[in-house]
Amino acid sequence: MGLSRESLLRAYRQMKTIREFEERAHAEIMNGQIAGFTHLYTGQEANAVGVCEHLSGSDTIISTHRGHGHCIARGADVIGMMKELWGSSEGLCKGKGGSMHVADIENGILGANGIVGGGPPISVGAALAQKIRGTTNVAVSFAGDGSVNQGTTFEAMNLAVVLKVPAVFVIENNYYSEHTNISYAVGCDDLKARTEAFGFPVFVADGSNFFDVYEAAGKAIEHCRQGNGPAGIFAETGRFHGHFVGDPQDYRAEGELDDLRENSDCLKIFRTNTADMSEISASDLDAIDAEVMELIDRSVTEAKAAPRPTPDQVTEDVYINYGAA
Amino acid sequence: MSQKTMRDAINEALHQAMAEDDSVFVIGEDVAGCNGAPSGKVGVTGGVFGITGGLYEKFGPLRCIDTPISESAIVGAAAGAALMGMRPVAEIMFADFIGVCMDQIVNQMGKFRYMFGGKSECPAVIRFAAGGGFSAAGQHSQAMYQVMTSFPGLKVVVPSNAYDAKGLMLQAIADNDPVLFFEPKALYQVACEVPDEMYKIPFGEAAMVREGDDVTVVAFGQMVGKAAEAIDSLEESGITCDLIDPRTTSPLDTKTILESIEATGRLVVVDEAPPRCGLTTDIAALAASKAFHSLKAPVVQVSAPHSPTPFSPELEAAYIPSVERIVAAIKEVTA
Repeated sequence: MGLSRESLLRAYRQMKTIREFEERAHAEIMNGQIAGFTHLYTGQEANAVGVCEHLSGSDTIISTHRGHGHCIARGADVIGMMKELWGSSEGLCKGKGGSMHVADIENGILGANGIVGGGPPISVGAALAQKIRGTTNVAVSFAGDGSVNQGTTFEAMNLAVVLKVPAVFVIENNYYSEHTNISYAVGCDDLKARTEAFGFPVFVADGSNFFDVYEAAGKAIEHCRQGNGPAGIFAETGRFHGHFVGDPQDYRAEGELDDLRENSDCLKIFRTNTADMSEISASDLDAIDAEVMELIDRSVTEAKAAPRPTPDQVTEDVYINYGAA
Repeated sequence: MSQKTMRDAINEALHQAMAEDDSVFVIGEDVAGCNGAPSGKVGVTGGVFGITGGLYEKFGPLRCIDTPISESAIVGAAAGAALMGMRPVAEIMFADFIGVCMDQIVNQMGKFRYMFGGKSECPAVIRFAAGGGFSAAGQHSQAMYQVMTSFPGLKVVVPSNAYDAKGLMLQAIADNDPVLFFEPKALYQVACEVPDEMYKIPFGEAAMVREGDDVTVVAFGQMVGKAAEAIDSLEESGITCDLIDPRTTSPLDTKTILESIEATGRLVVVDEAPPRCGLTTDIAALAASKAFHSLKAPVVQVSAPHSPTPFSPELEAAYIPSVERIVAAIKEVTA
């Protein structure tokens, strides 16, 4: 694939950052430090990073309720995100959005999203803006195997084909719509074929393998950049935590989580895949591990010390403040 | 009779209604739970809030039906089955998700009977977990019942305690019109005495939660308990209040509200939703148009501000009306 040393190290750093952000968020939620409903991305990191490593400039993403990973992969400020989870007025969304609504419009992040299937139609609009402006930018919507059964997702996929816009539909199949397995919730046997039936190519990837996702995403995104209309990426993956923090996960098979962590850990797989590469060494990755841990520690320290919002801020930003007439 | 939480009271109502009537079934996301899952523990979830617990085990897959995440299809399926004489109780997990399935509720289910010249019945119940208090932010905290109250053809229920929740749910299932049943999720764990046997609470009959002489307080859902606390805290100051819980916002028991206003001459209305085109404005308008000459002071509305629900705990605490704000409102109207 010919990724440079710099690219390889950045990809690993991004995945590791997501992992440690999520594991720390989990610990802090269990400690009662973080309020609200939080859905963790641990285990799915290679999907976000494998896609977002192709993005730059005005390329956009839109995410889901399980959105931390996508936001970090696209370049959101980690400390600002942690402050947001803490509900600080210095958070990325001033404490107004929290986990489910992390957004960073300036960095091409059109937001996590609390509504399953909420993102794909908006992403078609972002892609339409790129088409009208004549750019080669793309709009990526991340979605799970739950969202594929929402009418909004169906409508977005069809409209993207009709309008021939550069919309990339990433479907991360982690097998569970909340507690219900895909074998029950998706009526057909072949979700890839069902998606392709809308009229765009879908590239399949192993969602635990960064290199595999990166390759599939490269094909899909290039298809869009060339002006061929939308494309899809279908990745099979696994989440290491429940649907939400606190989920008893009664749907899991015995040993399923251990198996996922043992055999589908994108960080371990990345290390294995790069063991023989001359560009990077294990000690490079160890150094990144240490730097990421320091960053996450610092993000929590800063989040704890960050200013709290005040009641007068409740009604700020409902509308644009145009100042005095 | 025993202490039951609102969660257990609604669950008991569903169990009893399904045992009594084969046409009653539940449908929604994870109402059974774990379908298709490798653990094989189908039915163990019983809804993410546990309201439909045990129904799969007792009544099986034809009457406790898991769905994909497809809110429009869930409501439509309930509406269609109800047109055919079934009595579905559908769960839309969060009231906010009405945004996804608004057409099926408002344009379809809510208008069948009228548009079809009174020749159809649609005895469907749609349940929602509603309201704030969990730092769940803008898309998982809304009350929504105030919006849905504005649509003729839909009946709208907002229980404030476990006892009412059971009786209102059994009435909702028995009712032949479509009923939207909003469960304040902040109250799921709150318990009170609830009879074991079946009983129904008629729609359009308010509950008089407190009786007093000076002020009429009308409150909805999770605000009823806060209003009661506010009123009780004023006992030593000598101010006494009627506290009216309408229990259903459509139909609305205007008679009880107006009689109370005529007696007290002062009105405070409390709801957790934003104020515009909401229930506080609706009740204030009722007082202004039907009891104007009884009023001794301007009506005081206590509501959330005209803003989405914020995430941060401090902001949400400032957003949702508090006991202190209700106390201040009662003092203001009696000043």
